[in-house]
Amino acid sequence: MNSNIIKRIWLFYYDGFRGMTLGKTLWIIIVIKLFIMFFVLKLFFFRGELSSYQNDDEKSRHVIENLTTSKPNT
Amino acid sequence: MFLASLADLSRLQFALTAMYHWLFVPLTLGLGFIIAIMETFYVRSGNEFWKRTTKFWMNIFAINFAIGVATGIILEFQFGTNWSNYSWFVGDIFGAPLAIEGILAFFLESTFFAIMFFGWNKVSKNAHLISTWLVAIGTNLSALWILVANAWMQYPVGMAFNPDSARNEMVDFWAVLFSPVAINKFIHTVTNGYVLASIVVIGISAWYLLHKREEEFARKSIKTSAVFGLVSLLVLIWSGDGSSVQVAKKQPMKLAAMEGLYKGQTGTPIIVAGILNPGKSVKNIADNPIKYESEDAFIFKISIPQGLSLLVDRKTNTFVPGIEDILKGGYTYLDKDGVPKTAPPIEERMAKGKLAVEGLALYQKARLAGDEEGKGLAYTQLMDNFDHFGYGYIEKPTDVIPNVPLTFYAFHIMIMLGIYFLLFFIITLYMEKKAIISKHRWFLYLAIISIPLVYICSQAGWVVAEVGRQPWTIQDLLPVGAAVSGINPGAVRTTILLFFILFTALLIAELGIIFKVIKKGPGA
Repeated sequence: MNSNIIKRIWLFYYDGFRGMTLGKTLWIIIVIKLFIMFFVLKLFFFRGELSSYQNDDEKSRHVIENLTTSKPNT
Repeated sequence: MFLASLADLSRLQFALTAMYHWLFVPLTLGLGFIIAIMETFYVRSGNEFWKRTTKFWMNIFAINFAIGVATGIILEFQFGTNWSNYSWFVGDIFGAPLAIEGILAFFLESTFFAIMFFGWNKVSKNAHLISTWLVAIGTNLSALWILVANAWMQYPVGMAFNPDSARNEMVDFWAVLFSPVAINKFIHTVTNGYVLASIVVIGISAWYLLHKREEEFARKSIKTSAVFGLVSLLVLIWSGDGSSVQVAKKQPMKLAAMEGLYKGQTGTPIIVAGILNPGKSVKNIADNPIKYESEDAFIFKISIPQGLSLLVDRKTNTFVPGIEDILKGGYTYLDKDGVPKTAPPIEERMAKGKLAVEGLALYQKARLAGDEEGKGLAYTQLMDNFDHFGYGYIEKPTDVIPNVPLTFYAFHIMIMLGIYFLLFFIITLYMEKKAIISKHRWFLYLAIISIPLVYICSQAGWVVAEVGRQPWTIQDLLPVGAAVSGINPGAVRTTILLFFILFTALLIAELGIIFKVIKKGPGA
């Protein structure tokens, strides 16, 4: 019964994607966009400044240091 | 050098990304409902015409969704990289709504989106219709959580600051969700999307009429979206009125900038249209007060006497503070509990803010040294002044003034275009009722020209909301200069360039595909 439902869901999506005309171009755009976003921009340019710290306590100390000693850049 | 600072570069990058993202979101918000209404006509009437019409607009919806989807994630990348102090400081206030948004977007939109596109011959008519409605509702619910998070930045409530972690922790979820700023912002923003989508549908339909194609399709699409657009616009105006009341109470400096109001008065007039005097620079308040005083605020203006007082307080004699009044303090305002208080001068808030920041530093020092007594004293110093925390980073009082010309013109462009769209919808419905739309080519051109105008109006609204609240990332608690990370400005310049290339290519791709689909028409 469960495998039958899974098969029906699979076929629903499979037939849907196979029958697409306009959608194929869109999917190519989506895949290229997501690749650039997650494998180029995220990995090389947006690593997250706090990700180099091991735990929340270290992150807190870093931010408190920034908030209490750095000269603001308004 | 222009844009030399990291904060300016990060702001530019964030603004461009958010504005780009906002090109796609409002059409998704509104077109989802227009499609659902059209499909409802189909299911109720059984008329295949409505199925064909629904499918055409669904294609436009899909293209817009595909290009726009996930562009908002880049904003989250920027939070972590460019705005790490801010991201940490907001804590779970921002995290919780965004997590709910992510789950909703994934399950509601993704699941029912597939049924909406693939399920025409696979599920029953009613099941398909329900899916279409759920996609529309899902996209709007996604927007709700983002807007709740944004509203919290404009009016931070329902949280407690934890000095151990330097994070704000949510203590009252309902206060965050149902803050009056959040409610107004949500209604105002989504109805803006409905109006935008209605204008886009009318504009594209007008193109068909101009080319003498698909007359029935175009006229019925125009009629449906004009009714939807007009009703939405009335709600939009009502929520805009509510927003102005909230801005007057919670962000008086933003209101002063929106109106170019330098000096407040009892029974303040509202500016209908005007040209600001460039000689009246707020920098001169401190640098050259004689020149500042000698310059008029406007070169030209049309105003309604007592209009602003009436708008923000429903009374003609209410005092609305101007920029100078807010800097000097001394006027009466209502605090968060509705208690009348005298506004302190900005310099006093700066002094209290510095005490708060110092309190946080002393607290951290005492905590690390295990000094419980010192911790207690520092905690009291911090929390007694926490409402002014962000002012501790302000170097001079005039730094709390946003860009007045940009805020003023964006606000008035938004209002003027809003009035134009009201007239546009009324004329559209009148002409449709009289069946004369196809005969008036000027109107068809006007409808097409209205498409870029509605996007300008929509973007102008966000410029008012975001530029008008500068210098704050979180109102009164964290200015942009303290929120920004200590990263290399060169890296930000590089990513701005990368975004420009990527986003331009995506926009060209979208427009190319949309024009192709429109050219083929609903009969294809």
